[in-house]
Amino acid sequence: MSDKLINAKNLKKSFDQFIAVDKINLQVDRGEVVGFLGPNGAGKSTTMKMLTGFLEPDDGEIFINGIDLKSNPLKAKEYIGYLPEGAPSYSDMLVSDFLTFIGKMRGLSNKKLSSRLEEMADQINLKEMWDRPVEILSKGFKRRVGIAQALIHDPDILILDEPTDGLDPNQKHEMRNLIKKISKNKAIVISTHILEEVEAVCSRAVIISNGKLLANDTPKNLENKFLNRNTLSIKVSNKINNVFSKEIKSLLKYDDVKIQKTDISTHTLLISDSKKNPNLNTVLKQLSKLKLDVIEANFQKVSLEEIFRTITSENNSK
Amino acid sequence: MDNYLHKTYIILDRELKGYFRTPLASIFLLVFLALSSGMTFFLGRFFERDQADLTAFFSWHPWLFLVLMPAIGMRLWAEERRSGTIELLITLPVTNTQLVVGKFLASWIFTLIALILTMPIWITVNYLGEPDNHVILVSYFGSWLMAGAFLSLTSCLSALTKNQVIAFIISSISGFVLIMAGFNLVLSAVRSWSPNWITETVSSMSFLSHFSRIQMGVFDLSTLVFFFSMIILCLWINVQLVQVKKAD
Repeated sequence: MSDKLINAKNLKKSFDQFIAVDKINLQVDRGEVVGFLGPNGAGKSTTMKMLTGFLEPDDGEIFINGIDLKSNPLKAKEYIGYLPEGAPSYSDMLVSDFLTFIGKMRGLSNKKLSSRLEEMADQINLKEMWDRPVEILSKGFKRRVGIAQALIHDPDILILDEPTDGLDPNQKHEMRNLIKKISKNKAIVISTHILEEVEAVCSRAVIISNGKLLANDTPKNLENKFLNRNTLSIKVSNKINNVFSKEIKSLLKYDDVKIQKTDISTHTLLISDSKKNPNLNTVLKQLSKLKLDVIEANFQKVSLEEIFRTITSENNSK
Repeated sequence: MDNYLHKTYIILDRELKGYFRTPLASIFLLVFLALSSGMTFFLGRFFERDQADLTAFFSWHPWLFLVLMPAIGMRLWAEERRSGTIELLITLPVTNTQLVVGKFLASWIFTLIALILTMPIWITVNYLGEPDNHVILVSYFGSWLMAGAFLSLTSCLSALTKNQVIAFIISSISGFVLIMAGFNLVLSAVRSWSPNWITETVSSMSFLSHFSRIQMGVFDLSTLVFFFSMIILCLWINVQLVQVKKAD
C-alpha cells in the first residue's frame, strides 16, 4: 500500500473567467495532518471538492491511494471520508438512521456497521442524541454528526472543510483532540482560517491565496523562515525624553527602533531590522553604555497569523 | 451488479421513508384521495352516468397529476442542492445514475401507494354492478405509468434549481404542455414555425391522447414505449443536469 495517500498534480479549476485553483500540487502521507489556510475565496473548498471527487478538475490529476480518481472514481471514493463545508445532513432523519444510511452506502456489512455505529456513538459523544432528529441538534452536535458520517467506514483519508467553524471554544478543543486522536494512521486534510488550529493539530500548513499554493511546510519551518523579521523587545526602567530617544536610536543602528512609554517609570524599545536579526548581546552592551536599566528582554516571535498575512498580502499585491 | 442494485435500493429506501418522516405523506395522500373522489363523484358525475365503470375516476387523473406529481417530485433534487447534501451523495461511492434512479423509483412507489389507496372505489363499482375489470386494471397501470412520466419530468427539472417552488411551477407548466400536446392550442403554436414532422411528433407526445386510449382498455406497444421512453429520457437528462448543476 502506498504511503502517499493523496497525490494531486497540477490541479486547475475555473468557473467561467474566474480561476479558482491554479496549478496546485499536493501530496499527503499517512500520519500527516495538513492544514489548508487561506482567505475566504482562496480556493480551499474548491481544492477539497476536487480531492473528494465532487468536482472534476479542468486539468491535472488526482491519485487516491494510488488509484486515479478520474478513471476509477467509485474505488477511489471508498478511501475517503468527507465533511463538506457547513456539515450538511438530512435534517428529518434520526442521528442513528442517518449514520446507518451512510454506513450502508459505504458498503459496510450489517455486523461491521453495528460495531462502527457503537464506536461512533462513544468516540464522538453522540449517545445522548442518538435517537433524536438531526434538525433539533445544536450546531456542535450537527458538526459531530458530520464528522461521524465521514468516519463511519474508518477511511484512510479524511477531508474536513472547516470542521470547527461555528463551534464554541470547548467544542473546538474537543474537535481538535479528536482529530489528533484519529490522525495516527490516516491522511487528514482540514481547511480553516483559524491559525491557532493549524498550530494545534497540523503537522503541515499549506497556504493558498487566489487559487495558488503559496507555502507548503511545517508550521515550525514556516516560523523559522520568517525569523529574520523578528522584533527584539526590551523594557527599561528609565524615563526617556525626545533627546535621549534620538541618542539611543543613533547608537543602536538598526532600521527600525521604536520607543514606547509602558507606564510612568518604564519604557519599551522595539528593535527590528529588515536585513539581520537584532543581536541581543550587542544591544544590551550598547544600552548599558547609556546607563539604561534593562528589566526585561525578549524576541517577539512572528506568529503563524503574521506569516499568513504577509504571504497572502504579498500575493495580492502582485 | 448486485452491489449496484443494492445501493440503488438503499437510496430508494431512504427517500421513500423520507416521505413518511414528515406529515407530507399523510397530507399528500389525503389530498389525493379527496380530490380524486371529489372529481369522480362531483365533476365526473359517477352516479348520474349510471354505468359500472371507472371512466369518471380515471379521466381526471392527467389533471390531478399535473399538480400532485410536481408536489411529490419537486424536492427530489432541489432540496439536496439547497441543503448541500448533494455534496455528501456525490462523494459516496455511487454513480449519479444510481442516485437519480433510486430517488425516482421512491417517488414512483409512493404514487403507487396513493393509487392502491383508491381501490375502495374499484370495490364499490364491483359491488354496484359488473364492470370490465380488465379495463380498470389496465387503466390503473396506465395511470401509474403516466404518473411515472410526470415524476421523471419533475425530478429532471428539480435538478435545475435550489428552490422547490420554482421546481414545482416549471414542472407543472411543462406537464401542462405535454398534456395539451395533441390539442390545437399547442399545435398551432408549433405549426407556425416548424416543419410538418415536428408538429406530428409533438402531437404524438400528448399524454392525454395516450391515456384516453388506455382508459378504453387499449394498451398497445406504442403507448408503453412512449411512456417508458419518456421516463428514460427524462432520467437521462436528470443525470446530466445533476452532473452539470451540482456545484452551482
